[in-house]
Amino acid sequence: MELFTNQVLAGIATGAIYACMALAVVMIYQAIDHLNFAQGEMAMFSTFISWQLMQWGIPYWAAFVITLIFSFIAGIAIERILFKPLTKAPVLTNVAGFIALFAIINSSAGLIWDFTIKQYPTPFGSAPFLGSQLISTHQAGMIGVTVLLLLGLYFFFQYTRIGLAMRAAASVPESARLVGINTSWMIALGWGMASAIGSIAGMLIAPVVFLEPNMMGGVLIYGFAAAVLGGLTSPFGAVVGGFLVGVFENLAGTYIPGVGNELKLPIALALIISVLVVKPAGLFGRHIVKRV
Amino acid sequence: MSAVEEVAEGHQAVEAVPKRAMTLGTGTSLVVLAALLIAPVFVKNFIIFQMTMLLIYGLAVLALNILTGGSGQFSLGQSAFYAVGAYTTAVLMEHFNVNYALTLPVAGVVCFGFGFLFGQPALRLSGVYLALATFALATAMPQLLKLNFLEHWTGGVQGLVVTKPDAPFGLSMSQDMWLYYFTLVVTLAIYIFSVNLLRSRSGRAFMAIRDNEIAASSMGVNVALYKTLAFGVSAAITGIAGSLGAIAVQFVAPDSYTITLAISLFLGMVVGGVGWLPGSFVGAAFIIFVPNMAESISKGLSGAVFGVLLFLVIYLVPHGARQIAIFGQQLAGKLRKN
Repeated sequence: MELFTNQVLAGIATGAIYACMALAVVMIYQAIDHLNFAQGEMAMFSTFISWQLMQWGIPYWAAFVITLIFSFIAGIAIERILFKPLTKAPVLTNVAGFIALFAIINSSAGLIWDFTIKQYPTPFGSAPFLGSQLISTHQAGMIGVTVLLLLGLYFFFQYTRIGLAMRAAASVPESARLVGINTSWMIALGWGMASAIGSIAGMLIAPVVFLEPNMMGGVLIYGFAAAVLGGLTSPFGAVVGGFLVGVFENLAGTYIPGVGNELKLPIALALIISVLVVKPAGLFGRHIVKRV
Repeated sequence: MSAVEEVAEGHQAVEAVPKRAMTLGTGTSLVVLAALLIAPVFVKNFIIFQMTMLLIYGLAVLALNILTGGSGQFSLGQSAFYAVGAYTTAVLMEHFNVNYALTLPVAGVVCFGFGFLFGQPALRLSGVYLALATFALATAMPQLLKLNFLEHWTGGVQGLVVTKPDAPFGLSMSQDMWLYYFTLVVTLAIYIFSVNLLRSRSGRAFMAIRDNEIAASSMGVNVALYKTLAFGVSAAITGIAGSLGAIAVQFVAPDSYTITLAISLFLGMVVGGVGWLPGSFVGAAFIIFVPNMAESISKGLSGAVFGVLLFLVIYLVPHGARQIAIFGQQLAGKLRKN
């Protein structure tokens, strides 16, 4: 039983990483209706920016805020410059664009900061949290930030004019345009917000997985899986999905014989697919009724 | 998010390509075929090898094109089918001494079964959900091939070495050239099969499902059957491409068949034009040559150069090589009128 509780706790700790990433994935999915494959690389690049700022002697929180603003503007710029011209292109062409963006960011980061692994500081310290060896104060802080972020997003989307406008632009673009919402800029705003949330995720994850250009590869896959499991239409679902995937993964690694580190990912994915076969819209996603 | 989505207005991910627009005219096809037949006589062995790989990847992209462009289903798991085909051939050739040519149909049948079965759970999923499911298959495959109890057959992480076949009947041509012509014959056969498949009753059923699933099922198309059938056919062709690939490269190892391969095949399809079969080979050329080109432009930034080139291509021709072909056709039509 003790082993079980410990593994669940450890799962929640890693789950926080996935939850963070999943939240960013859902944000952009809400705004543009695609999964952005370059999301992880964008987050990685932002994290490197903050690392560079700290190397120049800027304190953690100042670097944090500057990076947030930078990521927000960079997200908008990427949408305006690279993806706005592709609005009329087929969906699959857009996906190819994401892959191209992935390659560009990954390779530039490798050239600027090279591929060696770097330490990244944590603002929360790394002492054991409440006397537990499995969950450190950093991981607890990460869970706290994820929950705060989720609450913030909830209030933004439910209670502000611009949040309402963004939701309108995403769900019924034609009608939204008719009531005077600039849908094209709402999409850009969505990119900016997703990029900023991604950068928070990146800066929180970096102390755990260490900073390097490929740090997001694995995390993003779990982030996608978590978002899909929770339902791509629900930020709350994404966070719950993140924690579930973390716990699944850890329990599978512990209790199923012969599952090493390498098979953890396929098993987690297989489990998610079995859930999806039963609930095709994800656990918390809204089921879309089709009208012919 | 709206809870009701208008299906009739066409929110489909894959655009509707009419079946006549899916192929090349007879004249152009013959010219291309003649070029493919003659070319190896004039070039070095390494280039012949690259042309063989082009045909092989072309087949794999073609398979994805039938699945996505034909039936509207999305797959990131093609590398898994490719791996199964490659391993079937390698194991048959090295452990059972089966002739290489005979392993191709076996690989095709094995992969058809595999794809058909995989299509069953995939039936309930579409769009990004299907992408995730197939993605899971692609990430799992290299790990499954490394499993301990399969090691006796698969060679584990080390993989298997495959013997390159000599030209038969005492023909005096190099192994590379023989393999090229062998691949060309197989490719042609599969290409003709695919064109005819899409023009047949089954092909029309695929396209009806792609354009509007509900309408298709009310017209009497067995949606479940044709969707899984599309998966099966696509997997079979990918598997045959995989076995040819194993023979050409002379080596199979789990890490040659990762998700990167599936992503390349996807890019090949987009660059060639979704739903345009000849474009598959253009796309294959893109995924074989452009990364090399990018590397020769800048070693450190090869990824970035590749990304920029890819962006250029999708800006210029968002519908892939098909767009160029249509443009050329219109131009030719105008010239003929004058």
